[in-house]
Amino acid sequence: MMFSLEGITKTIQDWLFSSFSPTVALLIECAIIILLAIALFAVLGLVLVLMERKVAAHIQIRLGPNRVGPGGMFQTVADTIKLIMKEGLTPDMADKFLFNLAPFIVMIVAMLLLAPIAFAKNFQIWDINIGVLYVSAISSLSVIGILMAGWASNNKYSLLGAMRSGAQIVSYELSAGLAILSVVVLTGSLQISDIIESQKDGWWLFKGHIPVIIAFVIFLIAVTAETNRAPFDLAEAESELTAGFHTEYSGMRFAFFFLAEYINIFIVCAIGATLFLGGWMPLHIGNWESFNHLMDYIPSSVWFMGKTFFLIFLIMWFRWTFPRLRVDQLLNLEWKYLLPISLFNILLVTLIAIMGWHF
Amino acid sequence: MYTQTEVIKDTTTAKGAENELVINMGPQHPATHGVLHLVVTLDGETVKKIEPHLGYIHRSIEKMTESLTYRQFTYVTSRMDYLSAHINNLACAMTVEKAMQIEVPERARVIRVLMNELTRIASHELWIGAMAMDLGAFTPFFYAFREREMITEIMEDSCGARLTMNYMVPGGVMHDIHPDFQKKVKAFVQQFKDKVTEYEDLVTNNVIFQSRTKGVGYLSKEDAISYGCSGPVARASGVSCDIRKIYPYEVYDKVEFDEVLDTAGDSFARYIVRIKEMNQSIRIIEQLIDTIPEGDFQAKTKAVLKPPKGEFYTRVETARGELGVYLVSEGGTTPYRIKYRSPGFSNLSALDHMARGGKIGDLMATMGTLDLVIPDIDR
Repeated sequence: MMFSLEGITKTIQDWLFSSFSPTVALLIECAIIILLAIALFAVLGLVLVLMERKVAAHIQIRLGPNRVGPGGMFQTVADTIKLIMKEGLTPDMADKFLFNLAPFIVMIVAMLLLAPIAFAKNFQIWDINIGVLYVSAISSLSVIGILMAGWASNNKYSLLGAMRSGAQIVSYELSAGLAILSVVVLTGSLQISDIIESQKDGWWLFKGHIPVIIAFVIFLIAVTAETNRAPFDLAEAESELTAGFHTEYSGMRFAFFFLAEYINIFIVCAIGATLFLGGWMPLHIGNWESFNHLMDYIPSSVWFMGKTFFLIFLIMWFRWTFPRLRVDQLLNLEWKYLLPISLFNILLVTLIAIMGWHF
Repeated sequence: MYTQTEVIKDTTTAKGAENELVINMGPQHPATHGVLHLVVTLDGETVKKIEPHLGYIHRSIEKMTESLTYRQFTYVTSRMDYLSAHINNLACAMTVEKAMQIEVPERARVIRVLMNELTRIASHELWIGAMAMDLGAFTPFFYAFREREMITEIMEDSCGARLTMNYMVPGGVMHDIHPDFQKKVKAFVQQFKDKVTEYEDLVTNNVIFQSRTKGVGYLSKEDAISYGCSGPVARASGVSCDIRKIYPYEVYDKVEFDEVLDTAGDSFARYIVRIKEMNQSIRIIEQLIDTIPEGDFQAKTKAVLKPPKGEFYTRVETARGELGVYLVSEGGTTPYRIKYRSPGFSNLSALDHMARGGKIGDLMATMGTLDLVIPDIDR
C-alpha cells in the first residue's frame, strides 16, 4: 500500500539486529525513538498551536495569523524563536530548584505518554500489555509538576491556580478512568493493540450501544478538564488569576508548559480515538465488501491522525465557545453528576459485555 | 527602619488572620479593564473583603477645566468615560446652554439624541464582549465588535473620530451629519436586529453563563439607593432612575421608549437590562432616523461664551448611569469650579458589598456587570 508505515518498523528492526549485536541494536533503536519523539514534539507543538489559532480565528470571524509564510504557516516557528531568545526569569523569592524543575516534569510526563500510542499499523513504541493502565497512571503525574510550579513561584496567583488545578485533575481523573474502563471491559484487554484489533469490524462507539456513547461524552468532558482547557481552564483563568500556575514563567520554560498543554491534548485525543474510534482501523460497515475494501486503501496513519485531529478540533471548539465554570461548579459537575453517571454506566457496560449484547 | 521585605510582609498579612490571603488585583490585571487596583482579602477562594484603591489614572480633569474656556472644556470630558464620549460632551454643552439660555435648533437636538443612542449601543456592545471575556468566553467579544465597528464608522464619518469624539458643542453640534449618515444607520439597525440572536445563542442561553451570573453579586433595591448606584446597575435592582424618562432632555420626551427594569438584582439581571436597553436604543433610533428636521445644526452664539454668575447643574443618562455636571460660574470666560458626578464611582463603591462571600469567579462576574470604566471613576 502506498504511504504505509506498516512494514517500515519491521524492516528497520530486522536490519539493525542482523547488522549489529543485540545490545548495540537496542541502543540504536532507543536513540532513533528519542529523536523521533523529540521531533514529533516539536512538530506537534507547532502544528497544534497554529491550528488552535486558525480554529479560533475561524470561530471568531477573523483571519488569524497570515503574515509569516504562506497563510501564516511559519507564525508558530517565529513565536518559538522569540521564546527561545527571551530571558528565562526566576523570581527572587522563588524556590529556584523546584521552580526550574517543574516545567521539565510536565514535559517528561507528556513525553512518557507517547510510548503506548499506536500511530499506525505496527507503528508503536511500546506495546505494553497494561497500556491503558499505564496511560491513566502516568497522566496523573503531571499534576505534580503543576503544583510544584505553583508553589515554587512564591506568587499568590500561581498558588491559587495550582490549588485549583490539583483539585480539578485529581477529581476528573476518576471519570476519565471509568470511561476508559468501559472499553476495557468490552475488550477484555488493557493492551492498546488488542483494543484496536477488537474494533476491526466496527468502532466501539458504534458497536457498544448507548453506554459507550455516554462513556465517550464523559471521556471528552473529563479529558478537557484534565488538560486544563476551557471551559475548565480554572488553573490558568487569565481574567481571574492572570495566568495561574505559570504566571512567573517566561521564555522557554513558559514554552514548555505551553507545549506540554498541547501535547497532552494530542495524547488524550489519541487515546480517545484509539479506544472509541478504532485507532488506525479504517471505517468498516458490516458486509459492505466493496466499501470496506475502498476504506482499506486509505493508509492507517491517515485514519489515526484524522480521528485524533477531529477530537482535537472538538476540544478547541469547546474552548472558543463556552465561558469558564466557577471552581465550586466545576467540582459539583464532577462529583455530583459525572461520577455517579460513570459508575452507573460502567454497570451497564459490564452487563452488555457479559450478555454479549454488543455487535 | 524596615527592610523592603518586612514592609511587604506588614502590608500583606493582617494580624490575627492566618487563613487570609491578600491579593493585589491590579493596577495591571486582565479583569479590571484599566488601572483599577483592588486589594482583595481571600479565605481560600472566598472573597472576604475588597478595598478599591483609586487614583492611578487621575488626570485632574476638574482642575484643568478651571483654566479652559467654555468652548474648550467639553473636549476634555471625552476622556472621562471614553465609551460614552458623546454623552459626556452633551452634558457639558447642556450646562453651558442652560446657563446662557441658548436655544438649540431642533435638527441639532435630534442629531444629539441619535448620536447618544448610537454611543449607548456601542458602549453596551463593548461591555458584552468584555464581560464575556471576564467569564472566560472570548468569542462574544469579536461578535460584539463586528456591530460596534459599524457604529464607530458612522461616528468617523460625521464626527471625524472613532472613540473620543468631540461633536457636541454649546449651541448644537460641531458639523452637520455626513450625507451617508441615515443610510448607514439604517444598515446598522438592520444588521443589529439580524445578529442580536447570535448573542442570545452564545451568551444569554448558555448554561454555564447563566449559572455563573444568576444569583451572583446580589444588590437589593435599598442598597442600590444607599450606595448611589445609577444606570443599568440600579435598574436591575428595581430602582427607576432613567434620567431620559424622569427629567427628559433634548427630544427624549417626544420619542417612545421603555425604561428597562428588573427586580432580580443579580449579575444576570444587569446583563438582561443592558441587552434590553440596546433594543430600546434601536427603537429610539428607528423613530428619529427618518424624521431629522431640516435647519441649522448649531445655534448662533457669541465667539466667547460668558455664562452669568451662578451655579448650574445638569444631569444626563450615560451608558453607565447618571452623569451630573455642576458648574459654578463667576461670569468670566472660564468656569470657577466644575464638579462631575460620575456613575462609575458610585457603582464601584457597591462592589465590596456585592462580592463579599462569593468566590473569585463571582467577583469577576460582579465586576464585569458593573461595567466600570476606570478613567470615569478617577477623572
